[in-house]
Amino acid sequence: MSDQSATAPKTPKRGFLATLEIDTRLLGMIGAFVLIAVIFNVLTEGRFLTPRNIFNLTIQTASVAIMATGMVFVIVTRHIDLSVGAILAACSAIMAMTQVRWLPGMGLEIGHWAIPWIAILAGIVVGGAIGAFNGWLIGYLSIPAFIVTLGGFLIWRNVGWYTTSGQTIGPLDKTFMTFGGINGTLGGQLSWALGIVCIIAAVALIFNARRVKVAHDFPVKPLWAEVTMAGVAAAAIAGFIAILTNYSVPERVVARDPSRYGCEVAEGCTPVYGLPISVLLLLAIAVAMTIIARRTRFGRYIFATGGNPDAAELSGINTRMLTVKIFALIGVLCAISAVVASSRLANHSNDLGTLDELRVIAAAVIGGTALSGGIGTIYGAILGALIMQSLQSGMAMVGVDAPLQNIVVGAVLVFAVLIDIIYRKRLGAK
Amino acid sequence: MTTPLVEMKNVSIAFGGVQAVDNCSIELHAGEVVGLLGHNGAGKSTLIKMLSGAYKMDSGEIHINGEKATIHSPRDARDYNIETIYQTLALADNLDAASNLFLGRELTTALGFVDDDRMEAETRKIMARLNPNFRKLKEPVSALSGGQRQSVAIARAVYFNAKILIMDEPTAALGVHETAMVAELIHELKKQGLGIFLISHDTREMMELCDRVAVMKNGQMVGTERVEDVTEDDILSMIILGKNPREAA
Repeated sequence: MSDQSATAPKTPKRGFLATLEIDTRLLGMIGAFVLIAVIFNVLTEGRFLTPRNIFNLTIQTASVAIMATGMVFVIVTRHIDLSVGAILAACSAIMAMTQVRWLPGMGLEIGHWAIPWIAILAGIVVGGAIGAFNGWLIGYLSIPAFIVTLGGFLIWRNVGWYTTSGQTIGPLDKTFMTFGGINGTLGGQLSWALGIVCIIAAVALIFNARRVKVAHDFPVKPLWAEVTMAGVAAAAIAGFIAILTNYSVPERVVARDPSRYGCEVAEGCTPVYGLPISVLLLLAIAVAMTIIARRTRFGRYIFATGGNPDAAELSGINTRMLTVKIFALIGVLCAISAVVASSRLANHSNDLGTLDELRVIAAAVIGGTALSGGIGTIYGAILGALIMQSLQSGMAMVGVDAPLQNIVVGAVLVFAVLIDIIYRKRLGAK
Repeated sequence: MTTPLVEMKNVSIAFGGVQAVDNCSIELHAGEVVGLLGHNGAGKSTLIKMLSGAYKMDSGEIHINGEKATIHSPRDARDYNIETIYQTLALADNLDAASNLFLGRELTTALGFVDDDRMEAETRKIMARLNPNFRKLKEPVSALSGGQRQSVAIARAVYFNAKILIMDEPTAALGVHETAMVAELIHELKKQGLGIFLISHDTREMMELCDRVAVMKNGQMVGTERVEDVTEDDILSMIILGKNPREAA
């Protein structure tokens, strides 16, 4: 069984980027994002790249991005989920009713510490159950995912509507609303503490991976490449935290409740928002989902099944159960997104998450998830969500008409997939 | 005679109205290579897929080492140390060689995470034995040549100490040199005491590699013969006419 690479030189000349082993696709997406940001920054005369707008961008992205990480797994296994927006609405309805009506009705006073947590738990259980049910229909009864979730698209939003009798439910619990973005941020000190922990963790991960490789006698990158990567990671984290901690709380907001921001009086006190809890949640989910994708059997089976379903089955993988788990997982993520989305608006309304299914799918696809299965990354989906949100809010800031905004977003989606196809052809992959 | 390693007794399976395998019986002993011959659609692959757990038989029995075995899934077959190299190779093209080799049987760390480094190290070891030129360990197997892909599929079967090996057209996609390597491997595994079922269309190759050949036609077993007792022409007439010339004589 001969091998062409046998004749290749042992240490071929490699470019700078190849030595760093950076995914060129990731680089391309970051490039696209930077380009969009710079263009809008010029068009808005510097308003796009202010700490305030970047802060808003991150909290607007969180809800869609959380669901998009789950959509990656769904699309990688060659399925689709058109019902995420509807599941989000159903979970939000259940959580709103739990905290505003049902628990107080059962004797728990409004404002009781347990209310938000019981509500969130109820939402997650419902989301997981709906997802698992979808997965069961798809995996065990072999109904195509497209049909099951198209039905779900109609069913679940209206289950939510029925639950709330179509009313807007609010105001939501105070603690619950800290997940919504501006109402719950870490402030300056905590944000920096977390940033430093992340930097240490990132550097430790990079060098630990190197140590393990050396222990196994595998080829490693040159040391300068590792140091460069660690430096880039540290700078990126520090920069992100620096931007978010540069957004100060306006004095009139502090004046409403100075003690909340650690001030005695509003005057002369300039607290900062720092990292929003919703974004922290997104980052935690991104890390967890990446670990699932790369380091667990569950993740390995997801990608194997996406690459070749028959081979996965012949390898003894229970692909039906796998489908149930994947859809249950995206159901849980929809519930978490529902917490973020409803608490951002301070109440539950029935149209919450309308069209989110399309945004979520678009984010995953722009992020490089292939509908043919087997390929996709979590960070790609999050970047995809960020790119979409940047386009949308940038155009809104510039004052582009609403219909034109949607036309542009639609065109960008199609164009992004075209670029992806061309890129893959160049690489010679499928 | 010793107890056969594998004994399939009166096995049948139908798909829709088609009787794909009809009341077939076959034996395999340790250290023996049994070839399965027949036209496309004769039922060779189907028969063997019931042993590998890909299909569930309608009726009949499978005995492993003389004891009745229940094989309902590929996982069951693996528990009996039955490994299969499928005609399609059954590789996940988007994953690298190590992930494919250990698919469904990943090595894990103490915390339960997949241990890619250890799997890669093991893959390097077995590949050094099977295909010393194999170097593309980091790339998805879709980037490999036919021979390299084949060696990944073979490595998967050999690594887990198979006692019974099923090879479905292992040389169909290979060049001359690679075919010779597979033949050599079959001899080596046979010496180690494995029982091997080999499916192929190449009658001459089968005469060289196998101890016995079984011929199927239209889902039925035409006959099983020791290769030294028959000529290539006898085999061909069994394949084409569906009759055993020695019985007729």
